[in-house]
Order: sequence, then C-alpha cells, then structure tokens
Amino acid sequence: MIDYLWLVPALPFLGFLVLTFFGKKLTKNAISFVGAGSVGLAALLTIIIGIQFLLSPPDGNFFNQKLWTWMNVGGMSPSIAFHLDALSLIFIFVITFVGFLIHVYSTEYMREDEGFARFLSFMNLFVGSMLVLILADNLALMYLGWEGVGLCSFLLIGFWYKEPANAAAARKAFIVTRVGDTAMALGLFLLIVNFNTLNIQDILHTAPTQWTAGNSTAVWIAFLLLGGAVGKSAQLPLQTWLPDAMAGPSPVSALIHAATMVTAGVYLIARNHVLFELAPSAMSAVAIIGAATLLMAGFAAIVQNDIKRVLAYSTISQIGYMFLALGVGAWSAGIFHFMIHAFFKALLFLGAGAVIHALHHEQNMFKMGGLRKELPIVFWTFLAGSAALAALPLISAGFYSKDAILWYAWSSNKGSLILWAAAFFGAFVTSIYTFRMVFLTFWGKMKTHVHIHLGNAMQIPLIVLAVLSLLGGFIETPHSLGHITIFSSFLNPVLPEVQLNHGGEFTEIILQILTALTGFLGIYLAWHFWYKKPAMVYNFKQTGLGTGLYKLWLSGWAFDWVYDTLFVKPFIKLSQINKDDIVDQLNIGLAGLVNWLHSVIKKTQNGNIRWYATGIAIGLVITLTIVLFL
Amino acid sequence: MLIVFYLAAIVAIISTILAVTRSNAVHSLLYLIVSFLASAVVFFVLGAHFIAALEVIVYAGAIMVLFVFVIMMLNVGSETERPDKKWLSPKTWVGPAILALVLFCELAYVVLSKESIPGSEAIVTPKEVGISLFTQYLLGIEIAAVMLMSGIIGAYHLAQIKKKSKHRFLGGEE
Amino acid sequence: MNTIPVEHSLLLAAMLFVIGLIGVLSRRNVILMLMSVEIMLNAAGMAFVVAGSRWVQPDGQVMFIFILSMAAAEVSVGLALILQMFHINKSIDTKSLGKLHD
Repeated sequence: MIDYLWLVPALPFLGFLVLTFFGKKLTKNAISFVGAGSVGLAALLTIIIGIQFLLSPPDGNFFNQKLWTWMNVGGMSPSIAFHLDALSLIFIFVITFVGFLIHVYSTEYMREDEGFARFLSFMNLFVGSMLVLILADNLALMYLGWEGVGLCSFLLIGFWYKEPANAAAARKAFIVTRVGDTAMALGLFLLIVNFNTLNIQDILHTAPTQWTAGNSTAVWIAFLLLGGAVGKSAQLPLQTWLPDAMAGPSPVSALIHAATMVTAGVYLIARNHVLFELAPSAMSAVAIIGAATLLMAGFAAIVQNDIKRVLAYSTISQIGYMFLALGVGAWSAGIFHFMIHAFFKALLFLGAGAVIHALHHEQNMFKMGGLRKELPIVFWTFLAGSAALAALPLISAGFYSKDAILWYAWSSNKGSLILWAAAFFGAFVTSIYTFRMVFLTFWGKMKTHVHIHLGNAMQIPLIVLAVLSLLGGFIETPHSLGHITIFSSFLNPVLPEVQLNHGGEFTEIILQILTALTGFLGIYLAWHFWYKKPAMVYNFKQTGLGTGLYKLWLSGWAFDWVYDTLFVKPFIKLSQINKDDIVDQLNIGLAGLVNWLHSVIKKTQNGNIRWYATGIAIGLVITLTIVLFL
Repeated sequence: MLIVFYLAAIVAIISTILAVTRSNAVHSLLYLIVSFLASAVVFFVLGAHFIAALEVIVYAGAIMVLFVFVIMMLNVGSETERPDKKWLSPKTWVGPAILALVLFCELAYVVLSKESIPGSEAIVTPKEVGISLFTQYLLGIEIAAVMLMSGIIGAYHLAQIKKKSKHRFLGGEE
Repeated sequence: MNTIPVEHSLLLAAMLFVIGLIGVLSRRNVILMLMSVEIMLNAAGMAFVVAGSRWVQPDGQVMFIFILSMAAAEVSVGLALILQMFHINKSIDTKSLGKLHD
C-alpha cells in the first residue's frame, strides 16, 4: 500500500479539478460527496499507509517515491518526489484526518452559500498543496507547495470577496507572508550555491561535514529560512495578517489558519533541524521569537470582542509555544504540540463557527451568552477544546503537550529560566482568555436567539475532535505520569532527542503542579471578572491605564499602526512623489529633444527651391573637402 | 590647334557668364547657344568629332529650340525682367559665388595637384564609339531609349492644360 | 597635332560647371535655372569626353551620349512642368512655388 503514497496528494487535486470544471453542473449532494470524499479517501489511505509504516518500517525508517524529474537546469534537477518518514507521516495524518473532518463540517456549514462548489474546490486544492509541501523530498517542490497553500489562503480569506474588507484582509495576508517567502527564497538560493542541490536529505547529510556549528553561511541560511517560517506561521514580527485572516469562513480558519498551514513554519524548521543546530544563534532566535510571540498574542487575546479573533490570537500564541520548543531543541515536543493543537484548535474554530452559524453571523462575544442549554453538543465539545487550550491537568491532551514544552524550556541545554517564565506566564494568560471566551459565550443571559439547529455533519466532527483533544495526549506522558514515549520514540529516527541540562523528577513535579495551579487560577479569574463581577472589568476599562491597555491590546500591540507608519505611509508618499514617474520623465525628455530638433530642422524646409539647391551644393563642397583634405 | 582650343574656351566661358547674368530670358538663351557652339569646337579640337556634331545638333539645336518655344508660349520676355532685375544686387549672388569659388578651387586643386599629363594624339573614331555603344553599353542604350520615351509621354501629359479641376479636397478654396 | 594639356580642358569643364552652379543658385527665373542646369550637364559631359580622349577609349563619348539623352528627356519634362506651373501660378518665379511649407 505504501507504493500508493502518490495518491494521497493526488486525490485532493483530482477533487479540485472535478469541482472546478463540473462544479456548476453537479448537485449539492454530489459536490459534498466529491469535496469531502476526496480528502476522506486520502485520509483513509494515509491511515493504511501509516499502519503499514508502523508495523513494518521500511529500510532506514523512510520511504522515498520518485515520480518524475521536474526540471533539469544548470546541473540541478529537482524531482517530483515524495519522502515519507515519521515526521511527514504525522503531518499528513493530521492534515488529511483533520482536513476530512473539516470538509465534512463545511458540507453543512457552507451548503447554502452560492459559492459552495468553489469553496470545496479551493479547500481541496489547499489540502493537496499542503500535502505536497509536507511530502516534498526537495526544497524546490516544498516551495511550490508552500506558495500553493499561500495562494489558497489568499483565495479563501477573500472567499466572500464582495465585501471590500475581506478582499483587503486577503491581500494583507498574501503580502505579509510574501515578505517571509522572499527571505525563504533567498535562503534556498544560498543552499543551491553551497550544495548545488535542494534535496533535503542530501543537504542534511552533507551540511554537518561541511560546516561547524556557528558557520556564518549556515547562520545566514537558518535565519533566512526562519524568516519564511515566521511569515507563514504568523510569528513576531510578521504576525499581523492572521487576526485579519479571520475574514474567511470558519472552516477555513479552522483548517488553514489554525490546524495546518500556519504550522508549515514549524514543519520547515523541524525538517531542516540540522541546519538550525549548526546555527546556535538562529536556534536562540527561534526560542526568543516563540516566547515573545506567545506572550504578546496572549495579552492581545484577552481583550478581543470577536470570538474568532480571540482564537486567532490564541493560535499565534500556541504556535509561539511550538517555536519555543523547537528553539530549545525539543523537536518532538514541538511536533507533539502541533498535533494536539491541530485537534483542539480546529475543534474550537469549528465550535465557534457553529455558534456563529446558529446565531446568524454574530461574532461579538458580548452579544452571545447562555448558549449552554441551546447548543449542548457544541457547548460540551467547545469546553473540551478549551480545556485542552488552557492545558487543564490530567484530563486534557493540551496539558501533556504544553507541559512537555514548559519542562524542556527549563531543563534543555538551550533552555533558561526566562524562557520558562515566559511560557509559564503565557499558560496563565491562556487559561484566562480561554475561559473568558467560554463564560461569555455559554454562560450568562441569552442575548441573541438561536436560529438554526445543527445537523450531524457539523456535530460529528466536533465530537471526534473533542475526543481526540481529550485523549490524544496519552501517547506521550511525562516521567511523573507513566512516562509513555510512543510519540517521541516514533519520531526519534528523524528528530534527535532533546539534550537535558539540569532536571530531576522532583523539579519536574514541582513545575507541573505550579502550572496546574496557575491554570486553575486563570479559570477562577476569568469566572470572577467576566461572569461574577463584570463591573470590575468595566470600571477598570474606564481608567486611563485601562483604556490605554485595552486599545493597545485590542489592536494587537499596535503592530498594524507601526507598519502603517513605517512602511505603508512612506511608500504611499514616495508613490505620490513619483506619481509622474521619474523614469517616464526621461522618455518624455527624449521625445522633447526630438521635437526640438524637429522644429530646428523644420526651418530648413521652407519651400524655396534655391535653398534646397544651395543645400546640395554645400553638401558637395563638404564631401569634396573631406575626401581631398581629410 | 592649341590656339583654337584656348579661343573656344575663352568664348565658351564669357558667353556662359553672359548667359547666366542676363535678365532677359531671350538674351541669355542666345548666349547659351554661343556657349554650346564653343563647346562643340572644344570637342572637335579634342578629337571627338561625332560628339561635336551631336553637341551642335542636339544641344544648340533641339534643346534650345524647346526653350525658345516655351519662352514664346509663355510670352514672359518682359514680365520676367522684373523679379530678376534685383539679382545684380550683391546680396543675391555673393553667397552662391563664394560657394562656387570654393568648389572651383577644390576642383582646380584636384586637377593641378597631379603631375601634368600630356593629351593623347590618337583620335577615338565614331566607329569605335558606335561599336562600344551597341555591344558593351547595349543595356544602357535600351534604358536611355525607355527614358526618352517616358520623357516624351511625361512631357505630353504634363503640358496638357486641362480644365480647371482641382483636387476634390481643394475644391472648396476656389 | 599639338596636344592640349588635360588639365586645361578639365579646368574649362570645371569653370563651366561652377558658372552653371552660380546660375542655379542665384536666379529666380525657373527657365534660367533650367538653362543653368543644362550648362552644368554639358560641363560634366565635357569632363567625360576629355578623359576619353586622353586614354583613347570610346567610353567617355558613350557617357556623353547618355548625358545628352538624359538632358533631352529632362528638358522636355522640365519645360512641361514649367508650362503647368505658369498656368497655375501665372508666374515663373520660384518664390511662387513655396506653398507646401507651413
């Protein structure tokens, strides 16, 4: 079955083609069947391949399938080839499986939309591109997938393009990620210059023999690749596009802007971990970016009113955790958190989508409330997702993944107390904003009536994801709680184990208890401020400090304003100065010169025949003079 | 023979100058005929007898008769005096004269800068010219014939005085 | 037969040519300009004949005959044009021709 690996990305592409060309002729049921079915088949195939991979691992723990040579230019010949190992298997499992659930969900969520076929075709294209990104065995093909998902992101954010704000959000996402992509392309060029190949495995094998740690070229490459990762994964300083990207439909936010595409940066760093290990400064930068981002986004999430913007900032924050894990060398912990995060964040976005759907496109949390009884299944699944996001101890998968990151941030040889403190504080903030969202949405008085009751296609994915969010964590547990290492030992052939600096089980338990307590404290604070005594928050907001903080955090630390003043406005000013195009002036000047010359020469054509004859005679004299005397 | 040559040359130059400077067209035409006849003498002295005959027949005869006809037809003898009366003022002729002088100096430089070459004694007979003309230059003769034909047709066509019918785009101006 | 120096006959041709040039450049009467052109053509032909007789080749005279026929054709067409010009402008002054310039 593993030989049919190529079918995994091919099936969604097929679905895309069918929906694009025949979407208008098919019935809604047929569209749903093709759209969700193609990804479903891919997911089924992935699971079969995964089981086979687990039961009888191929030689060297990887499987390479070369389809054909893409191009052959200048001694470099990237091929269309897929590389399957533990890392890419986990990613394609998450993409196809979570993707399938989200597709099923969208068949009901988007059914009444006039662009139903278009929506599913873009979603299929996205899944196909993402699978190419993950499975690519060389960085050129990976870049193709990378740009493919960027395109799909653009198309789907601007799905309701008739609203100018949505189109603007789509453009913003496209342009901001392009900044990172440019850096990444430069990194790829540097790799080509140094290795004359883009094959990932070749590079990973030759790089350590060619460079020692801290080599300046390696550092440059690592930083440039990091630039691409930062843009795609919405980390500081290129995070501004993700909150606006919530303009797209909720399933898009769930699939692209929470579960899969935004974690492409994490995958890129994990895939090229050897290069990053050769560049310690880049590793520290990854960790610091992660820590700063998770705190920044956490605070911004506390004050958002729009339920999807809360989730967007929480996504940025959680990817910050993954970056932190990668930065301290805890590769498998980062990937573990990616997987768990994909489950619970997709669940939360789908739950939020269900709420928005039921309330007829109401996204403001202050206009929701009391939905606990009206939407019980959404409530319970959303609660499960929130528990995972806030890392409630023992019962949620989020606890195990986030705890591992916190522990390694402290104990890894690249970790430090400051990184741990940032992550710890971030966890506290996470539980506050998560349960603020839960209390505002599901408790209190009902402010908007429920219009629609949800069908199975929307509820079953929620239940499946909720189960995974709660139980998915048991494949990897810390020393204090059973020490199960299925996940990390599965990844071990690809990603090296984390190097511990200081540790000890006692410290670990103390830190775990601390984390658990702060999580509960956060929940209590959220309950106190937004359910029991909302007046306190309201009064604080009226004070000068409160208003300032509220405005700062609501705008996401005013990054948009900074970029606007730093880049957009000067650019517009420059454009206005250059409105008449300086280069154009050159051309206009040339035309003016010709015109002037013409007006000079025109005078010689005066209609006087003797003047012409004189001209001929002068020419004769001059020619003769030149011939005779020069 | 030398004396004949120099005499003819002086006559040719003087009559040509007079032909160019007269204000009356008929006068200059007559001087021009004298100039051509003097040239014919020069050709004769040079040994080109056939050419001398052609000069008299075609240039001094046929072509000049054409000029006479046109001057008669236009009856401009007295009218044309008016515009060219002024030409004797230096303003009109000094410029062309300087230009022509420069040109002449250059031509003279070309002719005189080489060592003096004596002329040839031998004479090119009309027979040789005829043979060369109808063997080596046969194509040239054909072309010249076609050119003369087109000249005749063109002259006939151009000289026709049609009824006043201007071009349709210019019709409005009349 | 006393030989005539080639330079002298060539200088005569050059002299006639230059006088014809002065005529073309300074006269305003079209008929006289045409006559001056004839003088120049005749002078050019004379140079050919001189050269032909110097090297005892018939080519010089052949060229003169070509020039002669060209002059004849040119004069017939030119005089026809002058007739037409006089008919339209009632003048043979070249000043009356300068109507095409703006």
